This record gives sequence, structure tokens and C-alpha cells, in this order.
Amino acid sequence: MVDNKSPYFNPERETLTREGIEALQLERLQATVKHCMNSPFYKKRFEEMGLKPEDIKSLDDVRKLPFTTKQDLRDTYPFGIASVPLRKCVRLHSSSGTTGNPTVILHTQKDLDEWANQVARNLWMVGLRPDDVFQNSSGYGMFTGGLGFQYGAEKLGMLTVPAAAGNTLRQIKFIKDFGTTALHAVPSYVTRIYEVMQQTGVDPRKDTKLRVLAIGAEPHSEEQRKRIEAMLGVKAYNSFGMSEMCGPGVGFECCEQNGLHFWEDYYIVEIVDPETLEPVPDGEIGELVLTTLQREAMPLLRYRTRDLTRVLGRTCPCGRNHIRLDRMRGRSDDMIVLRGVNIFPIQIEKILMQFPELANNYLITLTTDNDNDNMTVEVELEELFTDDYQRLLDLEKNIKRALKDEILLTPHVKLVAKGTLPVSEGKAVRVVDKRKVYQ
Amino acid sequence: MTIKQLSIFIENKSGTLIKVLEMLSKANIQIIASTVADTKDYGIYRVLCDNPVQAYMLLKDEGINAQLTDVFAISIDDMPGTAAIAINKISASGVNILYLYSFLWKEKGVLVFRTDNNEKAQEAIILNKLRFLTEIDF
Repeated sequence: MVDNKSPYFNPERETLTREGIEALQLERLQATVKHCMNSPFYKKRFEEMGLKPEDIKSLDDVRKLPFTTKQDLRDTYPFGIASVPLRKCVRLHSSSGTTGNPTVILHTQKDLDEWANQVARNLWMVGLRPDDVFQNSSGYGMFTGGLGFQYGAEKLGMLTVPAAAGNTLRQIKFIKDFGTTALHAVPSYVTRIYEVMQQTGVDPRKDTKLRVLAIGAEPHSEEQRKRIEAMLGVKAYNSFGMSEMCGPGVGFECCEQNGLHFWEDYYIVEIVDPETLEPVPDGEIGELVLTTLQREAMPLLRYRTRDLTRVLGRTCPCGRNHIRLDRMRGRSDDMIVLRGVNIFPIQIEKILMQFPELANNYLITLTTDNDNDNMTVEVELEELFTDDYQRLLDLEKNIKRALKDEILLTPHVKLVAKGTLPVSEGKAVRVVDKRKVYQ
Repeated sequence: MTIKQLSIFIENKSGTLIKVLEMLSKANIQIIASTVADTKDYGIYRVLCDNPVQAYMLLKDEGINAQLTDVFAISIDDMPGTAAIAINKISASGVNILYLYSFLWKEKGVLVFRTDNNEKAQEAIILNKLRFLTEIDF
């Protein structure tokens, strides 16, 4: 049983010294690499590279290991990377797979337990205790933000409300009636909840007990966080997760709100130049690469997250020496994260190509309007096929509907004259991000 | 019986209309009548001119979104009530008018319109002995 007064959920691990962390990491890395030889994918790759588990003698030897990419996960769909037989797995999560095969992530019972421990550790770190009431307003189902927080909050011992996303009036009713003190949601949805509170005359400071928010799964700026805190009268903490690593719980801000602690007893963190794949010095922005150290069903070696960040430090006034990373600064690929949904421009292109009325050029613009993130897709008309306004409006409507089916969000669609969008030269500028996120 | 109208897609931002007008001007195309409705993001600029096919080819070459549209042009006397009489004949035949604009031409009024059924409209025009204009008239 954890001591309620302790600032740590797992004091022994959380307060490890740098030497302690590295010793544990080496031991875990060697075990993980050995375990990976049970994975048909890694076994083959090691053979091709002439690499043996015994070659990993120091922590720096992690650089001898092959990178793993999202494409590798797709190529081995559904179970080709797993390092345990399927009968040992108890859970499967999957990405939407809209750009090809989905990615499948398997979990053993031990994986789920450790995942819950990670999330519980994070929530404990920001002051949540078993007396708190935790409402999870995140999508459930395949999206790991649902079950991930559910099991973690339960592990901590909180009364946990799986409110899921949507039906904002009901969310607010729950917050009031259940005495919700902590809420997890994507930042844009928090703003939505506040808007509806205002419309219905609910004062979050007087009428609710909210005090802690976990926000993540969507890029947001420091400014946006401060606004959320001021609106609701809470502390809001940045959460980082990705289904490939388990889900939420990989990294989380402590009460200092100065970078996210990435748990080095669970992962080896590398920041590399996305072009050369060489490590970059602390403080410089590069791509986050993670190696799992505790996963049983599907350990991943040097997984390229495509998220850009930098190392802020390896110590912290909170007493945790686990590496601190900056909030995500963008992507090293062209993936768009909008309202918690991952979108690749190629998905949009694929849909637009189905409309013979359209030319090849298009432009995606992301904006923040009244705290809501929006997408506008401008498309060029190939031929003026009608001089009837209604038919042009119908075309816009049909494009919008087709895009919604693909990316699960409804963008604005704007028809423009042929030849007015930037012409694609080599790598075309297809996306203009005007959101106030990465500042 | 119909005549060719030039329909041009133009975005609702400054400089787009003048670009098209200058292209037509350079090719010595005479505009007889034109109209554009106010909309949010874009409009369709509808133009009657003396050489619509040539104008269309020219705009296409310049990469402009344009179309040739078949419309009717009915000549009426320039006095009260004549438009009502003419249009009444057309709509009595069950034809729906999609849009209409008018102008004065050689001391006569001209009604230009597109219909949802050109065949029926043509019948009504002939049956009711309405005076219609062809491209040669311009």
C-alpha cells in the first residue's frame, strides 16, 4: 500500500539516481533484446545485420540496434512483431489504419499491469490520491486514452468515471454530481466543456470541485494551457503517450510544469537528427526515439515516434531524475494531429483524387479560431462543369462528407480557381499550420 | 435557338475580375452584357459577348475555369409589362428558369435566361411567337 503522504507512487523507482537508472536500463535492455529474438521480425533483422544479443554490452550499444518504424508495424500486420505467442496476450489496441494496414499493439496481462502502474505514477505525481474522483472524457475503444487512464486511475484507487468523449451537458452534470476533482480530455474538448458551462450558467470554480486536469493527445501551447487553467481554476498537466509504447503514461509533467518526465525504467529515450539519425546534444530539437524496457508482448527497439522535442534536463526539484523533455514541437513527418485525431495529408489527397471535378493541387490550412482547432481544405476546380451555384455547393458538400468518412473530422472545404494554389515543386507545401501551438 | 454564354469561375478576392477582363480586352472581345452574384468565397461571372467560342478558347489556354453555357435571349419591347408577358409564356409551359438578367440592346429589352428544360422552352418560344436573338444578332 502506498503512503498517501508520500509524493511518490513508487519511491524506489522514481527517485533513482542517474547511475541507478542506467544500471537498471542496461539490465533491462539486455533482457529485452534477448526476448526480441522470439519475434520473427526482429530475429530476421538481427540476422541480416549480423547482430547478436550478446553484442549489447553497454547502454551506448543501444545505437547498434536497428530502428523500428510505423511502416514496420504495418508491414508485419497483424502479429508479425510480437515476441510472445498470441495465447499469452490478453488485449489488442489498434490505430485507425487509414493510411494502409492498421498498426496492432498486443499486451500481456503483465504489460497491462505495468501500463496501469505508469499511469497511476503520473496521476500520483500531480497530487491525485485515492480520495479523488477521476473523470475520463477521452474516447474509449481502440483509442488508448480511454482504457489507459481508466486502469491507471483505478490502480491509484480513485473513483473513476469512464465518461468517454461527447455529450458535453452530461459531462458537466457528472462533474457536478459526482464531485469530479480530476479530468482527462484533449485540450480542445476542455475548451468546449468550458463554453457549455458558460452557456448553462455553471461556474467551474464555485459549482465544481475540479482541481487537476490531464491534457494531451493533441498539440497545445503553453498559452493554451494557461488559459485552460485560468478558465476552470485548475492545474493542467501535459500528458504524452502513444499506443506503440502502451498508450498514455509514457511521459507526464510533474508539479513543476517544466517538461515531461519520461520514465526511464520503462524506456530508453534518444533524441536524434531525423535526417542523419545521429544523436543531437541536450537542448537541441530532434526526433524522439524510444526503446521499451518492460514490455512482454511486443517490445519495440528504437521506435521512431516522429515527434520532435528536446531534452530539458535530467534532474528536477521534484526529486525525480527521470529525463525531462519539452512539450512536443512538431513532427518529423507530415502527420497532422487535430483534436486528438492523427491525419496524414495522403489520406486527404486520396479522397480528393476521387473527384474528377478537381485539379491536383490542394492546400490544408490549420487554424485556431476561438480556441477551437480547425482544418480548411482548399481545392482547385479542374473544369467549370456547371454554371449552377447549387451544383458547386453540392460538390463542396460531397467532398466534405467523403473527407469526414476518411479522417473522422469535418473540415471546411473551399473551391478555388485553377492555378491559384502553390504549385508542387518536389516536396509540395500541402499543409500550413497557423495554430498557436508550437510557440 | 439558344446562344452561348461564357461562365467564368472567379474567386471572391480583389484582382480576379480584372484579370479576366484584361484577357478579354486584349483579344478584342466585346462584352454585351455581364453579371455576377455576390457569394462568400467565389462567384460565377456570366458574360454575353460577340465571340464566345473564341473567348472561351482563350480563357482555357490561360488556365481559367470557364464554361460555355446555352442560354436563351428574348427580345421584348422597352415598355412596362412586356417582361411579365414573355416570362409568363415560358413558365406556363412548365419550364423552370434558373437565372435571368436583362439589358437594353438597340432600343429593345433583352431577357437572358437559363432553363432546366431547353427543349420545352424552345417549343414555348416558337408557339408563342416570342422574338429570340441568335449569335448573329450581336
